[in-house]
Amino acid sequence: MTAIHVSGLRKSYGPREVLHGISFAVETGEVFALLGPNGAGKTTTVEILEGYRERDGGDVRVLGEDPERAGSSFRARIGIVLQSSAVYHLLTVREILELFAGYYPSPRQPDEVIELVGLRGSRDEHVRTLSGGQLRRLDLALALVGDPELIFLDEPTTGFDPAARRQAWDTIRGLRALGKSILLTTHYMEEAHRLADRLAILREGAIVATGSPHDLLADHVGVEIRFRRNGREVVIDTNEPTRVLHELTAEALAAGSELEGLEVHRRSLEDVYLELTREDEA
Amino acid sequence: MKLFLHELKAQQRLFWRNREAAFFSFLFPVLLLVLLGSVYGDEPIEGVTAATYLLVGLLGYGVAATAFASLAITLVVRREAGLLKRVRGTPLSPATYLGAVIASTVIVIALQVMAQLLLGRYLLDADWPSAPGSFAVALLFGAAAFAALGIAVTVFVRSAEGSSAVVNAIYLPMAFISGAFFSTREMPAFLEAISEVLPLTYLLRMIRATFIEGEGLSGSGSTLVVALWGLAGLAIAIRRFRWAPREGMGRA
Repeated sequence: MTAIHVSGLRKSYGPREVLHGISFAVETGEVFALLGPNGAGKTTTVEILEGYRERDGGDVRVLGEDPERAGSSFRARIGIVLQSSAVYHLLTVREILELFAGYYPSPRQPDEVIELVGLRGSRDEHVRTLSGGQLRRLDLALALVGDPELIFLDEPTTGFDPAARRQAWDTIRGLRALGKSILLTTHYMEEAHRLADRLAILREGAIVATGSPHDLLADHVGVEIRFRRNGREVVIDTNEPTRVLHELTAEALAAGSELEGLEVHRRSLEDVYLELTREDEA
Repeated sequence: MKLFLHELKAQQRLFWRNREAAFFSFLFPVLLLVLLGSVYGDEPIEGVTAATYLLVGLLGYGVAATAFASLAITLVVRREAGLLKRVRGTPLSPATYLGAVIASTVIVIALQVMAQLLLGRYLLDADWPSAPGSFAVALLFGAAAFAALGIAVTVFVRSAEGSSAVVNAIYLPMAFISGAFFSTREMPAFLEAISEVLPLTYLLRMIRATFIEGEGLSGSGSTLVVALWGLAGLAIAIRRFRWAPREGMGRA
């Protein structure tokens, strides 16, 4: 079963095309990350899937429906964490969750959701007194209270401190364990690496790589070897580190010299990401 | 229906917890009645006591302030904060949401009208409405029309910061020119010409007819004009109302 199917999706704002026909699929029960720098088209993509924006071309199916035409029964099956949106700041955490729970046919218990996102201590506080991180957790709680099958998380941990980010990751893993499908956007490589079963890297409205974090590393494997020769920095990028190192060290031994400042560095997903999203090369 | 009441309860709670808004849209028209009432004296205006004349004008003003101005500002602020967008992402239907917001406004107007009637009667010695049934219908009708206009005007307001400036610049002059605060008989001709177009002028005529003359509303030309304004507002609201904030910077 496919939770989300996107093929040839196009979108323009005025004369500027921001999505150039992208395709990907998210399987049921999977965490899929849409990764890319600001302006790559992540939010536009997600908002089309959520039904907020109309596409200009291509085919989109979310839970078997076209989000552009889907009605309230569709919205009962999805949960949305927008990038930034306020809540009624004069209600308490509990009141707002009770209000939103009322919108759904079979909601979860508000108290249970409050517990799940770690807001129990602020249950009876007015929303306006919450910190930025607490507000983000409330966003998540509001997306979960309807007990959705599919959850959209648009940059859920932007602005979090490291501890809060780890906590959010645990919550998201918990959702995955419950069998929820999750589409997550982020510009943190580490977040995608830790959470996603599969990911797509978006650059300027096109997908430049897709696969599991492991596959991406395998496709772009490489080891960087650095040392100094006659005071000059030498960098060698190679897929055969053993052979190259062997030759280098043999040469140095024969010459009776030292490979100064020798470093062997395995490329991280971060390096792959930065390489793929670099602006100056096509 | 259950969902409507659920939302209505939340909207009422939100209204009364927002003290500034509650003050300006609920208490302000009531306070104006007390303040102006002590200034106006005993000279009859257009054939009724000053107190009654003032009460009728401020009843109309209160409807415009709450149904039009307060509703419009509330909706723009919620839209620009992304709150309406969030609501739109839930299964709650847009009609239920807006219906509950409008019904909540009508409750506020009803309480405001009762406070004005009681204060007018017992503090200023004004009259009771002479045709209470038609009077209530006139107010409800006016509230509906001004609510439609309030929703329509959100289309033309771009930012939360500008919302009260724009809305006040529309309804305060309208209240003066339509004669909510004093008789329009002495007004210069061009202002009178403007007042002949404004919806509040006709709502005030409806209120006067039912409150003072004890007339019904059937066949009233004023009702027709208010209805036309309301329908125009509704048409704009249905076609152009936005749930999402204006595109911010840095959003991809």
